[in-house]
Amino acid sequence: MTLPSDIARRFMKAAPACDFWSVRVMRSQAEALSVTRGVADPVSLTDDVGAMVTVEAGGGIGYAATSDVSTAGLARAGQEALAWVRRAAGRSVSPPRLRDGKAIQFEDEDRTATPWQSVSRGDKLARLARQSADLKRNDTIADWSAALSFTDEESVIATSHGDFIRQRCGIVVPHLSASASEGGETQTRTFGRGGVIRQGGFETLDRLGFWTAAPRIGEEALELLAAPNCPTETMDLLLAPDQMYIQIHESIGHPLELDRILGDERNYAGTSFVTLDMFGTYQYGSDLLNVTFDPTVSGEAASYAFDDDGTRAEKRFLIQRGILQTPLGGAFSQARANISGVANARACSWNRPIIDRMANLNVEAGASSLDDLIGAMENGIMMETNVSWSIDDSRNKFQFGCERARLVKNGKLGDVVKNPNYRGISATFWRSLKGLGNAGTVQILGTPTCGKGEPNQVIRVGHATPTGLFADVHVFGGG
Amino acid sequence: MQDRFFALADEIGRQLKGEEGFLARLAAETSDFVRFNHSAVRQAGTVKQSYLTLELFKDRRHASQSLGLTGGPEDVDGVKTAVSRLRDVINDSPEDPFFLINTTPEPTSRVLPARMPTAEEGIEAVLAAGKGRDMVGIYASGPITRGFANSFGQRNWDAVEAFNIDLSFYLRADKAVKMSHAGTEWDAGAFAAKAAAATARLDALARPAKTIAPGGYRVYLAPAAMEELMTMMSWGGFGLADHRTGTTPLIKMAEQGVTLNAGVTLRENTRDGLSPSFQDEGFVKPPEVTLIAQGAYKDCLVSPRSAAEFGVPQNGADAYEAPLALDMAPGTLAQAEILKTLGTGIYIGNLWYLNYSDRNACRLTGMTRFATFWVENGEIAAPLNVMRFDDTLYRMLGSHLVGLTAERDLLVSADTYENRSTRSMRLPGAMVDDLKMTL
Repeated sequence: MTLPSDIARRFMKAAPACDFWSVRVMRSQAEALSVTRGVADPVSLTDDVGAMVTVEAGGGIGYAATSDVSTAGLARAGQEALAWVRRAAGRSVSPPRLRDGKAIQFEDEDRTATPWQSVSRGDKLARLARQSADLKRNDTIADWSAALSFTDEESVIATSHGDFIRQRCGIVVPHLSASASEGGETQTRTFGRGGVIRQGGFETLDRLGFWTAAPRIGEEALELLAAPNCPTETMDLLLAPDQMYIQIHESIGHPLELDRILGDERNYAGTSFVTLDMFGTYQYGSDLLNVTFDPTVSGEAASYAFDDDGTRAEKRFLIQRGILQTPLGGAFSQARANISGVANARACSWNRPIIDRMANLNVEAGASSLDDLIGAMENGIMMETNVSWSIDDSRNKFQFGCERARLVKNGKLGDVVKNPNYRGISATFWRSLKGLGNAGTVQILGTPTCGKGEPNQVIRVGHATPTGLFADVHVFGGG
Repeated sequence: MQDRFFALADEIGRQLKGEEGFLARLAAETSDFVRFNHSAVRQAGTVKQSYLTLELFKDRRHASQSLGLTGGPEDVDGVKTAVSRLRDVINDSPEDPFFLINTTPEPTSRVLPARMPTAEEGIEAVLAAGKGRDMVGIYASGPITRGFANSFGQRNWDAVEAFNIDLSFYLRADKAVKMSHAGTEWDAGAFAAKAAAATARLDALARPAKTIAPGGYRVYLAPAAMEELMTMMSWGGFGLADHRTGTTPLIKMAEQGVTLNAGVTLRENTRDGLSPSFQDEGFVKPPEVTLIAQGAYKDCLVSPRSAAEFGVPQNGADAYEAPLALDMAPGTLAQAEILKTLGTGIYIGNLWYLNYSDRNACRLTGMTRFATFWVENGEIAAPLNVMRFDDTLYRMLGSHLVGLTAERDLLVSADTYENRSTRSMRLPGAMVDDLKMTL
């Protein structure tokens, strides 16, 4: 199959006459392996390539995306994009952004330690089969599965300005799940339930502890089935990183997206309680809270050198010592709102236009050890592994549920409880942050399935976070 | 495109060796997408995508590859490469005890007649509807094609041209009315009338908003709000594998005989839906499958793989075993009298961001959104500030269901994740007593 860089060069020769054009070619080659209830599922492969052409002329913008990456197909896409420029002329929310500065030439390096293909498919399936067997501790485990997916993703951006940016990364998503079922009740324990995603190769699985986790997950599913329900009480709440990440995602990440603040998402993903006048002054959280947009973290899901609009990506504080500083807005949104942002204009694939996304959104480590945080709790609960998430369309009133929790009394971890949930309001919740774990508690997590946009897009984002302690949270159980 | 796909299938057939066989699935669409904000164009363009999923099998070993098609001669090279690659994969794969495909050819063809707006007509119509308003949303239009072919000679084709316009009209902050207009026959007058009806409802949002305290409230859930409940219920609620492994949120119905209100009957109504009548392994779906009859759980959706694993007949479900054309039987409440029947309580136009707070209890939480009003003595009194509910489906559609409306809405999914959805639901509205509002 033709290389993305060659496809981009094809378009360069076939580009229409216009004020500005860009072509973004993306190719993803994926492999999905799984063993469900002890039986290997059929191997699933994907090889997808296509091009998104964007054209600007006479103050208007249009796009055309195509899987026909022949020279003729790309030329047709250029003409179709021009036709959209004419249809939308004089009716757009904002004119195209001005581009200046030197043209960018960038070629990504391969940072993979152990290439995915260096381990045979048969070996991977055999390892997954062993994980699957380890998950099924006894016959009460009624459903269990072990899975791996790997995507080799390459993108090339070329523009009439002279930019040529080629980036490549491998994405690994592991999965383990065990469900214990008895007497009309089922409890499920997972390996981070969709929150574990890394850039890299096969070596990431050792680093994540994937190959040794199955027995624990099976045992904890059985333990949950026998556990009492989470109590209903207002108490201190300690969130493990595999719950913190989704709390950050939903109640900091989405509300700070500049396109939401500008209203683009109001018909679908929603708006934001954050307004432009809040940046620089608004007390988003306690002074322990430091949140960064950081595309430089090695191995995190959305690390990159340039976003899909060709803007160089750099670390920025979004919230510093609790004060709101910077929105999650790419170059186009920044121009619309006249505010500084970050390099987060991204698209999930070649067939969707760029919009403001989270990329890597991290909470910086605090100073407390996990023992310090637990020791500081008189009456509280520690929750781990997100299972349920819900938040209003302004990203304010939320409710989350976790797979597992342990009560904390007088500074000591106590009984395991099931069906733990809590609810609160973003605008006040982060101000109740009273303890933050040190670097030793940080986990690099994320999600491969952040949904947003019209047309809809699901994209990978990263969240590195320590453990967090919150005061006086309404906690409750199931039933 | 039909000829090209079937010719490609023939080419795949020529690549086979010995006892090998294949399944080929086509998913193609050309979509005009115009995104709007503040009654202006935010992004506009066309997406042409065409994917072939090729599954190669030999004995009970099988594997699949999805590849993009260009529509040109290079596609032949693409499938040759894929066949060769998959041959290597299945040689390394274990036998699959749950491999089940249709070996008896059942050809089908459906090409729905359509009258689409041109891109210019679509933009004009939407911008006209938003003139003088704060309108935001998306216009999507164009052909959606699905095909199936296998080495047993089966050929299936499904082509529909459809539009789906999903808009919100905002009055201020988060106070808005949502409208959806989807179909295969474009009528500019019908769209304008629907938009006018939606914007007329904005007047009621102009009143000062009411905030209610947590507690139990009598509510009316409009069909669009019911769609959110049914989407959650469909997440593991009706699949055989979920039932047999105890992971279904309807575990109390499946294992303990708990029932919903006798007025609740749910069917997978493929006959009247927009999705193709054939599935990934080549089986043709039955016209309908009754899932819940008069409140009691009846049948599951059964994929071929689940059928082989659990030893029951398949009934045309895809791997996810989720409904694509869910149909809820109507009740007797008159929609025109719904405010009067509600009396004092909450009219909920849309729900948002639902999830399970206790899957075993089928307990759901979520938010009110868009046109939601406080109603007093049968009259709209005020728009409601967003509220969170947290309650079980067994109460909402069981012990506390007052009734369902006689009229039903056809709700065509506006989802465009990866491709434009053809999922639909035909649902009534529901009157529910004592819905638990929590935050």
